[in-house]
Amino acid sequence: MPISLMPLSFYKKPGLVVYVTCGDPDLATTRAVVLAAIEAGADVIELGVPFSDPVADGPVIQRASERALKHGTSLGQVLTLAAEVRQHAQSTGLIVFSYLNPILRMGMEKFCMVARHAGVDGVLVTDLPVEEAGEYSRAMKAHELAPVFLAAPTSSDARLKRIAEASRGFVYAVSRTGVTGARRELADDAKKLVRRLQRVTKLPIAVGFGISNAEQFAEVGQFADAAVVGSAIVDTIERNRGREAAAVGEFVGKLSAVSYQPSAKMP
Amino acid sequence: MATVPRAIKVKIPALAAKNSARVGHPRSNPRSKSPAGVAGRFGVYGGRYVPETLMAALYELEREYERAKRDPKFQRRLEGLLRTYAGRPTALSFARRLTQKLGGAKIYLKREDLLHTGAHKINNCLGQALLVERMGKRRVIAETGAGQHGVATASVCALLGFECVVYMGTEDMRRQELNVFRMRLLGAEVRGVESGSRTLKDAINEAMRDWVTNVRTTHYLLGSVLGAHPYPTMVRDFHRVIGREARAQILKAEGKLPAAVIACVGGGSNAIGIFYEFIKDKKVRLIGVEAGGRGEALGEHAARFRGGLPGVLQGTYSYVLQDSAGQIANTHSISAGLDYPSIGPEHAALRDAGRAEYVAASDAEALEATTLLACTEGIIPALESAHAVAEVVKRAPKMKKSDVIIVNISGRGDKDIGIMRESLSLQ
Repeated sequence: MPISLMPLSFYKKPGLVVYVTCGDPDLATTRAVVLAAIEAGADVIELGVPFSDPVADGPVIQRASERALKHGTSLGQVLTLAAEVRQHAQSTGLIVFSYLNPILRMGMEKFCMVARHAGVDGVLVTDLPVEEAGEYSRAMKAHELAPVFLAAPTSSDARLKRIAEASRGFVYAVSRTGVTGARRELADDAKKLVRRLQRVTKLPIAVGFGISNAEQFAEVGQFADAAVVGSAIVDTIERNRGREAAAVGEFVGKLSAVSYQPSAKMP
Repeated sequence: MATVPRAIKVKIPALAAKNSARVGHPRSNPRSKSPAGVAGRFGVYGGRYVPETLMAALYELEREYERAKRDPKFQRRLEGLLRTYAGRPTALSFARRLTQKLGGAKIYLKREDLLHTGAHKINNCLGQALLVERMGKRRVIAETGAGQHGVATASVCALLGFECVVYMGTEDMRRQELNVFRMRLLGAEVRGVESGSRTLKDAINEAMRDWVTNVRTTHYLLGSVLGAHPYPTMVRDFHRVIGREARAQILKAEGKLPAAVIACVGGGSNAIGIFYEFIKDKKVRLIGVEAGGRGEALGEHAARFRGGLPGVLQGTYSYVLQDSAGQIANTHSISAGLDYPSIGPEHAALRDAGRAEYVAASDAEALEATTLLACTEGIIPALESAHAVAEVVKRAPKMKKSDVIIVNISGRGDKDIGIMRESLSLQ
């Protein structure tokens, strides 16, 4: 089972995936925030690479990206950060979350090699659908990295199958059409999509986009393996200047308290 | 669950910075991955690099376009609207006094400036609007730089009864005020975009965010040969009529093909529209003119072939002005329509293949060309088109008197009068 490539251990239900935009407001803060999130119970960390043109992101992550780019946060720096985090956290899943162009600029081979050496488990590229992922998937496989693909409510069943087959570690189900950002309610879309995905894959399914509080996190736990919390984390960082790590730790602790240990282990 | 032991080697940062200027360039790194000849690829360029949510809509659009292409009823309707609404065919005017003044090749102007709404953009808007009707969608969104595409989109939406939202950078709204008002007069909602450099690129980002949210009910009427497949191919096809007409017209007027066809290139829709019919005529030089802006440094111009590297921006793989970390660079041009950090993927392929050549004209050269065309021919070109005229000014005097040049006047200058007044001191 290629899942062993990535010890993405959703031992709890729901598992908690935490997204941060790296370099917001600076890399030292990101490092402290990530370690606090892990301490408070995050199972997987998505290290977001800031990009100048984040077409899939809502205003919260756009603003964070702008702050991070103001002092030139780069993909190379994010990978260095990953290596530092890895030294402190052996069993947490580490995912690099990026748009394609910074990776192309570094070079696919070099990126994979450096990421693997940094202790990164997997990679998610927002604007790389399975059709265009041939070289990427080959490079990821060669370097024992797990490619995680997005599945959307608009994806056909045939596409979901292809997405699941191309993914390793877990599949990221986008809860609704739209950009990243908090929403008051979770759409029906999310549950339907997870059901359709479960028919084509045994991989764990993480639901993301719009999950911003413990109630929504618990709700996702009723039908999916894990939930991704992104904009709400970035928003917490934005609103707590000077005590970012402590604030994120508290928030993640509240989310994490919802999870329980299921008797049977995830596949 | 088995855990793979991890080697922890913290020895990375040097790698990231080193030789980054070379990676990603086809010459240093042959990109074998993209099979040429597949749909949506121009050589290695093009493709479909969008979030998964949009993929279904791109396939739907591609299917509908392929069907419409073969449907004589669709073609008749489009031709009818191009004739009776847009005002096609457009004239090919011999520029007698400009030719005399420059003292070289005979210069002809392809008059897309005479079209309804003031530029070539209407060709594509009518085509896509008819597709929207076929797909049963009622809401149309678009981006605009100079405002020409926004005005054309607003017009066809009024014509066919669609709801219309146009995204426009606030910097562009400032410099193209008149077009903002025109769009609103036509019933469109204009939404200002405050992010990034507040120009065309940022307007496209915001339009894509709207589309990814409302994709089930909304069509994104993209205005250039950019973005994910099928847009670069489809938009080109809707503009091919420019070159088809120009080729027939020049054969009738001169009994021979031109030595050169010249057009300005932002995304590159008017250029590919006039080039395409001449690609097979190997002796016809195809010359695209990018915005040279006000200097050579990154950020001071929008000449993608002079400092850009292959990369992915907003759905397509092409030349992109970017920094060493792969962040997209800011651009500058006096003309909002050319002020964009990437270029249509088919232009990248034509350039790599050596079939078309690309040069740049500066802000100052474009302004000078504007006054020259105005005073010799009584035609005020859009500042975008003035870049093409600027290349004619450089090239025509060095050519034989028996040679013929066609230059595409892609739009008229009415929208730029404010900028011209600020930049030119006329007595």
